[in-house]
Amino acid sequence: MTEIIQIIIDALSLGSLYALGALGIALIFGVMRLVNFAHGDTIAFCVFALLWPSIDAAAVVFAGHLPTVLLIPLILLIGAGLSVLSEIIVFRRFRKANPATMMIASFALGFVIRYFLLMLYSSRPKSINLWESLGESIGFLGARVPLLQIVTVAITLGILGLLTLFLKRSRYGLEMRAAAENFTMARMLGVRANRVIMLAFALSGMLAATTGLILVTQTGTVDIQMGASVMLIAFIATVIGGLGSLTGAVTAGYLIGAASVLMQVVLPLDARPFRDAFVYGAVIVTLIWRPNGLFVARSAKQRV
Amino acid sequence: MTESLTTENVTVTFDGLTALSKVDLSVPKRSVTGLIGPNGAGKTTLVNVLTGFQAPTAGRVTMDGADLGAKPAHKIRHLGIARTFQSGRLFSDLSVVDNLEVTGVGLGLSRRKASAKAVEMLDWMGISSLAERTAGGLPYTDERRVAIGRALMLEPKYLLLDEPAAGMSAEEADDLSRLIARIVSEIGCGVLLIEHNIGMVLKTCDDIHVLDSGKIIEVGPPAVIKASEKVRHAYMGTQVETEGEVL
Repeated sequence: MTEIIQIIIDALSLGSLYALGALGIALIFGVMRLVNFAHGDTIAFCVFALLWPSIDAAAVVFAGHLPTVLLIPLILLIGAGLSVLSEIIVFRRFRKANPATMMIASFALGFVIRYFLLMLYSSRPKSINLWESLGESIGFLGARVPLLQIVTVAITLGILGLLTLFLKRSRYGLEMRAAAENFTMARMLGVRANRVIMLAFALSGMLAATTGLILVTQTGTVDIQMGASVMLIAFIATVIGGLGSLTGAVTAGYLIGAASVLMQVVLPLDARPFRDAFVYGAVIVTLIWRPNGLFVARSAKQRV
Repeated sequence: MTESLTTENVTVTFDGLTALSKVDLSVPKRSVTGLIGPNGAGKTTLVNVLTGFQAPTAGRVTMDGADLGAKPAHKIRHLGIARTFQSGRLFSDLSVVDNLEVTGVGLGLSRRKASAKAVEMLDWMGISSLAERTAGGLPYTDERRVAIGRALMLEPKYLLLDEPAAGMSAEEADDLSRLIARIVSEIGCGVLLIEHNIGMVLKTCDDIHVLDSGKIIEVGPPAVIKASEKVRHAYMGTQVETEGEVL
């Protein structure tokens, strides 16, 4: 029984990380049909902001020393700022370009961010301990689980709740939902395109910052590659979920997390190192079964 | 100065192909102006020019005397020009009342005020019962009515209706006619009605413009249009043999 609870918590916390990543991609895709491959590097950028630029092997902590009440808003702000800047400097110029061109631009932007970090911090991974107390295990329904996992799940659910509330109840949320379904029509009704798009980027940047903070607390290392693996799974989650559907992205994020954890348990010992191959195999099967994803947004089917 | 939405000498060419040629059209406030013409005559291009979606190659568009120029889509709506499309183009994932609220918040209202206005508008149109329905599942005619309600939020000065009666029964078209009359008398809009249902246009409009091959070939009140040889010619292709009234 305790083992099952352990597995469920593992699946939920891994899924939460993927769901947050997927949401960051899906939000922007919704309003401008852009798959933002720079999202992973935005995650890394937010994490590096915890350190002073230096190419020494030892990390020189900067924002990481701030009290939590300042640290979290600061990193969120950095994420939002970088994301909004990339829209203003790069993506705005591609607004009318076709989606493939925009995607390539996002790859390029990702490389620029990554090599910028490489220049300032070198490619060596550095270690940093954030919120060490979260590493402790606590008793949870009879099982021993790391506090960080519980916190990760709680934070993610909190964010999902707030985001839902924002999208459903606020005027900007309504504008975003309308724009995600039919941008041209929304504009003809008076919705300002730039404002909606910048808002989507700001939210996506804050999600990147949250993802980064959770990642770095889990692993204790800062690495310029760290966003890439989450980004890949997050992207896959948005595709499986059905591009354009936020609910789909979140659900698929949790499904992939659950599949990974489950395979870790059920696969024979010899096959476990190849777990990811099985996970991606399941992804392929899902896409053969539902080529448009699990949740097809109505807006994805008909566009003006 | 007369209050109207006007094109002066508007010409639009696409790669040397002339879609509109020196078109003068005026949509005065508090009246219904009809725009008819065979398929491919340039009606949609003209609407696109009036809503800033298509910049004219030559000529200009003015609203109440001021030059409209090229403006982004949302600015046009902020200035008070609203339009509907042949297909309703509602936000199918949103509820009906949310669909109307989008216009409200887009024009700068708080969510609460937008919501109140939307409820008021649905009530004015007599479709309050639809408020909480998801727009995607609405029947055809309701969809049209919601789209008109959405366009009417915060009382635009001009409303362009693109084939609102397409696919409607005679009765439904009559209802629509009455609604348009109310839009003019109670809200004070200048309405441009683009329609294939000629009977409805003749019944509803104060003035009618007939567009053929990118040119306005006839302008006048319904009686004049009905009697016009040129209009008959444009619609029938050939002349003489046609006896009696075509329209």
